[in-house]
Amino acid sequence: MPGKLKARIVAGRHLPVMDRASDLTDAFVEVKFGNTTFKTDVCPKSLNPQWNSEWFKFEVDDEDLQDEPLQVTVLDHDTYSANDAIGKVYIDIDPLLCSEAASVISGWFPIYDTIHGIRGEINVLVKVELFNDLNRFRQSSCGVKFFCTTSIPRCYRAAMVHGFVEELVVNEDPEYQWIDRIRTPRASNEARQRLISLMSGELQRKIGLKVLEMGGNAVVGYLQCFDLEGESGLVVRAIGTACTLDKLSSGSAPNTNTHMSPLAHGCRSTHNSPVHSACSSQRLSQNFSVSVPTLIFTGMGSGGSAGKEAGPLKTLLRQQTQTALEQREFPFFTLTSFPPGFLVHVGGVVSARSVKLLDRIHNPDEPETRDAWWEEIRQEIKSHAKALGCHAVVGYSESTSICEEVCILSASGTAAILNPRYMLQLGLEADGRWCVLFSRFEEPSPPSCGFCHIPYDELNMPFPAQLTYCYHCRRQKVPDVLFTTIDLPPEAAVTGKGCLIQARLCRLKKKAQGEVNATAISNLLPFMEYELHTQLMNKLKLRSMNALFGLHIQISVGENMLLGLASATGVYLTALPAPGGIQIAGKTPGDLSNEQHILTIQKRINDTIAKNKELYQINPPELTEEVVGSPIPDPRQRSRLFRSHSESSDEVSELDLSHGKKDAFVLEIDDTDAVEDIHSLLTDAPTPTGFYSCNTEVMPGIYNWTSGVQMFTSVRVLRLSNANLTNQGLNKIFTDLCENLLKSFYFKLRSMIPCCLCRLNFTVAVPEEELIQVAVTAVAMTFDKDQTQEKPAEKAITKGLSAASVDYGSFADRCSTWLELLRLKAHTIRRGSVKTSRRTHPLPEGRSRSLRSNRSFAGGSVTVVKMTPLSFLPGTRIIKYLGIINMFFIRETSSLREEGGVSGFLHSFIAEVFAMVRAHVAALGGNAVVSYSMKECVFMENPNKNQAQCLINVSGDAVICVRETDQEPIPSMTNIGQTCTSGTDGAT
Amino acid sequence: MAVELDVFVGNTTIMDEEVYQLWLDGYTVNDAVKVRMEGGVMEECEASADVLLSDTMDQYRTFQMCERLLHSPAKLANQLLFQIPPNRQAILIERYYAFDDAFVREVLGKKLSKGTKKDLDDIGAKTGVTLKSCRRQFDNFKRVFKVVEELKGPLVENIRQHFLLSDKLARDYAAIVFFANNRFETGKRKLQYLTFQDFAFCAGQLINNWTVGAVDNMVEDMDVDLDKEFLQELKELKILITDKDLLDQHKSLVCTALRGKTKAFNEMEANFKNLSRGLINIAAKLTNTKDVRDFFIDLVEKFIEPCRSDRWTAADMKLYLTHYTNSAHILDTFKHQVVWDRYMGVIKSCIFKMYHD
Repeated sequence: MPGKLKARIVAGRHLPVMDRASDLTDAFVEVKFGNTTFKTDVCPKSLNPQWNSEWFKFEVDDEDLQDEPLQVTVLDHDTYSANDAIGKVYIDIDPLLCSEAASVISGWFPIYDTIHGIRGEINVLVKVELFNDLNRFRQSSCGVKFFCTTSIPRCYRAAMVHGFVEELVVNEDPEYQWIDRIRTPRASNEARQRLISLMSGELQRKIGLKVLEMGGNAVVGYLQCFDLEGESGLVVRAIGTACTLDKLSSGSAPNTNTHMSPLAHGCRSTHNSPVHSACSSQRLSQNFSVSVPTLIFTGMGSGGSAGKEAGPLKTLLRQQTQTALEQREFPFFTLTSFPPGFLVHVGGVVSARSVKLLDRIHNPDEPETRDAWWEEIRQEIKSHAKALGCHAVVGYSESTSICEEVCILSASGTAAILNPRYMLQLGLEADGRWCVLFSRFEEPSPPSCGFCHIPYDELNMPFPAQLTYCYHCRRQKVPDVLFTTIDLPPEAAVTGKGCLIQARLCRLKKKAQGEVNATAISNLLPFMEYELHTQLMNKLKLRSMNALFGLHIQISVGENMLLGLASATGVYLTALPAPGGIQIAGKTPGDLSNEQHILTIQKRINDTIAKNKELYQINPPELTEEVVGSPIPDPRQRSRLFRSHSESSDEVSELDLSHGKKDAFVLEIDDTDAVEDIHSLLTDAPTPTGFYSCNTEVMPGIYNWTSGVQMFTSVRVLRLSNANLTNQGLNKIFTDLCENLLKSFYFKLRSMIPCCLCRLNFTVAVPEEELIQVAVTAVAMTFDKDQTQEKPAEKAITKGLSAASVDYGSFADRCSTWLELLRLKAHTIRRGSVKTSRRTHPLPEGRSRSLRSNRSFAGGSVTVVKMTPLSFLPGTRIIKYLGIINMFFIRETSSLREEGGVSGFLHSFIAEVFAMVRAHVAALGGNAVVSYSMKECVFMENPNKNQAQCLINVSGDAVICVRETDQEPIPSMTNIGQTCTSGTDGAT
Repeated sequence: MAVELDVFVGNTTIMDEEVYQLWLDGYTVNDAVKVRMEGGVMEECEASADVLLSDTMDQYRTFQMCERLLHSPAKLANQLLFQIPPNRQAILIERYYAFDDAFVREVLGKKLSKGTKKDLDDIGAKTGVTLKSCRRQFDNFKRVFKVVEELKGPLVENIRQHFLLSDKLARDYAAIVFFANNRFETGKRKLQYLTFQDFAFCAGQLINNWTVGAVDNMVEDMDVDLDKEFLQELKELKILITDKDLLDQHKSLVCTALRGKTKAFNEMEANFKNLSRGLINIAAKLTNTKDVRDFFIDLVEKFIEPCRSDRWTAADMKLYLTHYTNSAHILDTFKHQVVWDRYMGVIKSCIFKMYHD
């Protein structure tokens, strides 16, 4: 009997009218955990019932505590017929199982019904008493902390990073059990919600077990996803990075946090095209793999020897680490941001995709087949990393796209060399030796450029790259372009500002079934990947930048098309050479009109580059020629950019253009497609003045955030009316869709200028044959315009300081916040005194300063909960992580028109999801969600039947944060001030 | 190719005040987009018409979802669906309950019934307020009326507490409720020159002095119904015009005080008896509901119009009424000083307010 769960139902409010005759409700509550159910008394004829129930006690195994949610159902008592359900609340009690997280859950929860949405609120108290030493129960993994945050959480120190953990569970999808019967929407939706909640709990518990086995105590960068496979089942899978975290005492400055050091390595990426070979033995799947960005073939599994011929020191180090890591099955890390010294070199992006047929799974109820699929993909990623001379993959993530029975599995990450000090000890040698080696090796690399230096051997490069000596240290070689999936290391020297760069692509495909379909998709994938990279590269050059961070490429499959969307944040890394321009070349010289045309385009491109340089403030110091000169004998002086339309890749004809700028990219115009492509290249609207955007944690080049934060989710679905669209036409439509979304954001958020949209996360889907859906979640953050130019000087030097304190801790900012605080307080007091003379009406008085007293009182007001996809909130310090938020909701309607059509329906659903997340966080005692993300937004409609259904999965970390200057947890002072003010306003 | 679905949801609900006003004013989405375009917001942020349309639709949807909450504003503060900073909440409520003076002037004193609601399109056409906006305003009046009808305690305070309105707006609503309850006639041609604010002021005077609440502040409907006892007592004032001696005495006292102080003295002297009869008769008749309804028209016909045709200035009016009221205290045989003050205090300030072009 390892645990006792106690729950108390206090009160309800704003309940819906269930009895039309009396316009009232006779509500009671069922509290269920596992198979035990308790009921409260009926509170007759009230829309604001006070139950004040006793404590309901459940005696349960801690294993169940981890798997099961507490289920609270509010019902309307009916003497003559069956009781009507008003709605439910699922409470995940996992945060209570960890001593460092929340101790009690208490607060108002929205009562949710999958058909009617939120119907009033209920006040619930939940506590857990754990009896035994947790570690003795191997089936449970209570106490292992989970974080969505993809860096070492602030207020913790990573004592050890153990590595990759993954798990996958499968179940039958309740939705598909209804197929032969009449579907009852509520029952079906609730069964699914409950099942997924159970499966997530189980998954988390199993991952926790693996972490305990590895000797860790936490999972960082926990990424959980659902695959709604349809008839073959419902898969919940998760990956993460096992760590041993030490809590920093709250007083001390968050030291070693997140912030990583100088070391890292040059990246050159490869792009290997369709490998038809290899691949799985099963006929039904075809694999290919790609590493980014120049195009060469890399035979799978080859290139393991890279680096052997390098300097003895380097090799020794590598071998050491390599053996260490090879013992680990997959040396993958889901982190995107690292403790100082963790990352030594970065090699480039590695990715792998595989097309599978779901209806061929032999034993759909068992996880084996899917496990094998992912295993295969991970092996490929591992071998790609090897080919790049790297032993590890960081910024690793996995995703799927499903359409009918076809499923594309994707994985990507950044090949890197890590500092072995952080690995789990391998037993053998004392790590002293490593350290010596390590430090000697490290010395020549000045902090800010190390990670750019190439990890592979320049004589045995995995792909043709143009190497130069590092522009910073002039000692090591760096590539001309660097692509990565991680965040920009804070110590990296950047010239100017960064910006969001997206490549968008649509490819039509014939409708087909089964294997034919899978083959068709497999054949298309490499071309898409190639073109996306081409676009990225061109856009990067156009912005005069030389590196991409946070690269995420999503390929989504529909019945008759594939959508590809690559997003990344472009920057100019000071250590890398300046990018050459883009040069246009015509294929048919002599044609005068054509040449004229080319000249015009060339001019436009040059103008755009110049404009962009100004816009992003890219003015690298001019360097003398001799330093720039490439020491590498490279037969081809410039990288070449080919348009790849269909059969492109064999077209490696030599193109010698002796004129033009050195290092220039050559864009060859050989057909109208290419012309359009160049046009589309140029039509990306620049961000309006006052706005910046990026998809990484923070914007390179902006360091002084102020406190304005607005997280938002936006969804747009486009119906393609014209069935005879061409690829070009589709591309245009898709590009416009994305561009228009961005324009909408800028417009809506114009009052926040100067502001930056961070962590712009685009998700595309093809929900139906002629529909394209794009969902975006991001956060807009304000910053102080006057200080953007300079990175605070202290930053580069004081490595140990956390980004939080460095980034926003500028003196002026502190002062102004402090003054503002004073003003607010004064204001509040003044208003307050006015108020005292007034009669006190049931105006919510829960607006007290203290967080605790804020909650749990009937009539108390609502705690402000901030949400952000980033791992921090500007101007604040996280003092406590309260646990992971991982919620799954289904909403359905059969009165779509009455609810305002599809937009009205989804708008209120998203608002409801936010509300439920906030309520759960507030109930845990928190005031913010960090690393928030919307993993899934599946929208289906049937306007003819007036029906729609939507599934949303969100996750994040519930935290308590305080103003950087404050010691006690004061929930967002500004808001409190305003609350008081307006409370008085109302009463004045 | 068409945008099938388009939503934008912020963790903090984003609301543009300009769009909110357009929504409140009953503009359709397309009209609102036009107005915004003309307002130049597009140049401000390099937006296109599509962007503006999408934004406007989002905002309209948000407002529609909020509308339910605005019907009981106290809910807005502790609902969980929308995270709206409290200062914004206050703005939302205040604006939602704001009304057009032109519109309210038309329904003032009318029964807030379905019948009146049916006439809203006519009123809309007449005042240039869109039907949608008329409906919202009318429903607001009705909602406030229904809620405060059943409450004890001071009217203004009740409105302010229940609907979280500013003091000014709460007073205006009190006036509307008061007028609707007593069905004061405000629509006659002769009353057309009076604005809503004139009436609101008068309503405030009546509420503060003539209702039950003015003496006892814990009765139901205390601020909505006139004090019956007081109205009964007003009959006693008749002695001022029925008793010839008193009337003459009163006149001579007033005239002595006024002589030489105004150009209109001759007219005042000549008209004294008429005017006095007018005012006292109004007082004496207030026990009849019908005459209560005609209170304002009577004031205009019996007092304001005669004075106006004699070209009294506002200062003349003030002077006259002050002396008229005060002189009654010197009359030894006149015993109803308290009722007199309670009556004349209100009459005086109402006439001051109403005496304009």
